[in-house]
Amino acid sequence: MVPLTHYLLVSAILFSLGVAGVMLRRNVIMIFMSIELMLNAVNLTFVAFSKFLNNLDGHIFTFMVMTVAAAEAAVGLAIVIAIFRNKPTANVDEINLLKL
Amino acid sequence: MEMIQTPEINLSAICHILTLCVTGLLILVLDLFINDQKLLPFKIDKKLLPYVALGGVILAGISSMNDFGPAVYAFNNTIAADNFAAFFNVIFCIGTALTIMISINYMEQEDLNHSEYYALLLFATAGMMLMALAASLITVFLGLELMSISLYILAGFNRAKVESTESALKYFLLGAFATGFLLYGMALIYGATGSTNLKEIAAAIKGDTLNSATLLYLGTGLMVIGLGFKVASVPFHMWTPDVYEGAPTAITAFMSVGPKAAGFAAFFRVFLVGLGGITDHWVSLIWVIAALTMTVGNLTALAQTNIKRMLAYSSISHAGYVLVALVAANEIGSTAVLYYMLAYAFMNIGAFTVVIVLGKKGEENLNLEDYSGLASRHPLLGFTMAVFMFSLAGIPPLAGFFGKFYIFSAAIKAGYVGLAVIGLLNSVVAVFYYLRITVLIYIKDPVREFPPLSISPFTLAALVIAVIGTIQLGIFPSWILEIAQSSSLF
Amino acid sequence: MLNQYLGVLILLVLATGTAVGMLTLTSLLGPKKSFPDKMEPFECGKKPIVSPRQRFSVKFYLTAVLFILFDIEAVFLYPWAILFKKLGWFGFVEMLLFIVVLGIGLVYVWKKGALKWE
Repeated sequence: MVPLTHYLLVSAILFSLGVAGVMLRRNVIMIFMSIELMLNAVNLTFVAFSKFLNNLDGHIFTFMVMTVAAAEAAVGLAIVIAIFRNKPTANVDEINLLKL
Repeated sequence: MEMIQTPEINLSAICHILTLCVTGLLILVLDLFINDQKLLPFKIDKKLLPYVALGGVILAGISSMNDFGPAVYAFNNTIAADNFAAFFNVIFCIGTALTIMISINYMEQEDLNHSEYYALLLFATAGMMLMALAASLITVFLGLELMSISLYILAGFNRAKVESTESALKYFLLGAFATGFLLYGMALIYGATGSTNLKEIAAAIKGDTLNSATLLYLGTGLMVIGLGFKVASVPFHMWTPDVYEGAPTAITAFMSVGPKAAGFAAFFRVFLVGLGGITDHWVSLIWVIAALTMTVGNLTALAQTNIKRMLAYSSISHAGYVLVALVAANEIGSTAVLYYMLAYAFMNIGAFTVVIVLGKKGEENLNLEDYSGLASRHPLLGFTMAVFMFSLAGIPPLAGFFGKFYIFSAAIKAGYVGLAVIGLLNSVVAVFYYLRITVLIYIKDPVREFPPLSISPFTLAALVIAVIGTIQLGIFPSWILEIAQSSSLF
Repeated sequence: MLNQYLGVLILLVLATGTAVGMLTLTSLLGPKKSFPDKMEPFECGKKPIVSPRQRFSVKFYLTAVLFILFDIEAVFLYPWAILFKKLGWFGFVEMLLFIVVLGIGLVYVWKKGALKWE
């Protein structure tokens, strides 16, 4: 059987890839996809722990994360469309009216 | 066939949340049929919907007050309806009720009179209540997301305005990013302790039945990042000024009070109940974050010329004061936070109400200079703004002073004298920028003509409630402190 | 035990070698002449009428958003369906409430006209 450590390593790598994507990508949709990658890496961690601990909490958590991520995706896409109607760009560097 | 045993369902433990959700759905459905009156058995005007929302919030507030008393654990111990949650729920209801009252006129003036606004406010409040009631990581997460997703939409509610949609996008991207960290932290804590229930996590730590201590510490650190973002603490605060500036002002008022308090409710519950056994490991981290948050918030607020941005940085610094109480991790600290968040709800929403009253569509008057000579034209409005500024600055005998006083005494009692000194120095810096506004209001000559004020009855009522709350909590703090004391987590 | 995989390894090396070798050879030896017809997506088919990279209607996004929402919420129905009999009336009523809330969402979307294409 594949030991727990492997699952944890894979999800840690996926999570880091997601974080790197958020930091490096400039397109809103790509940033968004990187965030989804982070959430799914977490799901993998939950399911792996759930399996190895013989405890169902992790499964339930994964269900919740999935549905919440879907709601978040819907709202995120809607916001991107709203911003696109005001200003036709998907590049975060050009969305700069409010100074940071 | 073996039937599955269902856990005990105790709907009365979450009846305030249910009230809010049902009212929210009702508003959505009523709004749909308003143009199609023949499908409805009764006539209803669109203008009535905000009052339906207000009624729902007041009902929820009353039922939260009924929650004071012995703690009730419901839904397989994922909900803890104790005094701590009840106190926070009352704060949320006050914040939301005041927001609805100032929104009715503001949203009409901005041509944003959609009923979804009120439904979303109610859903966000339901999420905040779930966070305060949460006794399990799953409920913390669900409440947090219900609140955050509603807030993302609310921040971008003025969708014709570029600033508003931009602030929504920033809030959304950074919020979702922080959620990722929070969740990863939760997953690691679950893996380390074998449970998502806060009490069982605490028991696993205490009984030393951890699967891996390293994972627990890693998870704790990641949760600090996630929750630190939600309460806007330095260095996870970069989104705050942008989002506060771009969002509709009524929403800014709402965001600076309710969601922040909810974030702290979850922070305290998770770290003191769940991770209370490893205080030594996270307290120094929070110590640094608290000191940074106070200092950066106050120093940056000094340089601001836009009132919404100034209040945003001021709210960051206030998050720092509350984190001092988390560092103290004692009974006074927990009491002080409850008192402080209540006082903060009144004074901050009050300050934003004055900002709203002074603005008109297309001409929001957000520069500090626009406040010059306010007292000579509108003495009462000038006075109320001065009250809120003095209270935020922490000048006795107003509510803000006692809040800070209790927080710093909690820190000193717990032995963190250094942090208390940093906090005190910061309060001195803060006095400067709050007083600057008061000086502008009272001493400077007006730089422009103030138009005659048209203040709607509900906005006026909200302003009066906020002023009375701020003064009353400051002059007679003892009765509310007693309630707060009985609601502390210890 | 690893010997069992030796064949696979040889196959892997051969396959990769062949693919890489052929690609390199063609790019080195093949003539490179490009003319407009050759650059089209379907060299032997009809000429495309419009550019495939044009923007498509924002309505697709709306449909996609609604699809994600209602599709993922259905994930809760699967565990319930598997344990339907064991959960009994309690599960049935709970799920009915859940579906009613989803139904309100559907009615909302419908009445707002989000399901109309035009």
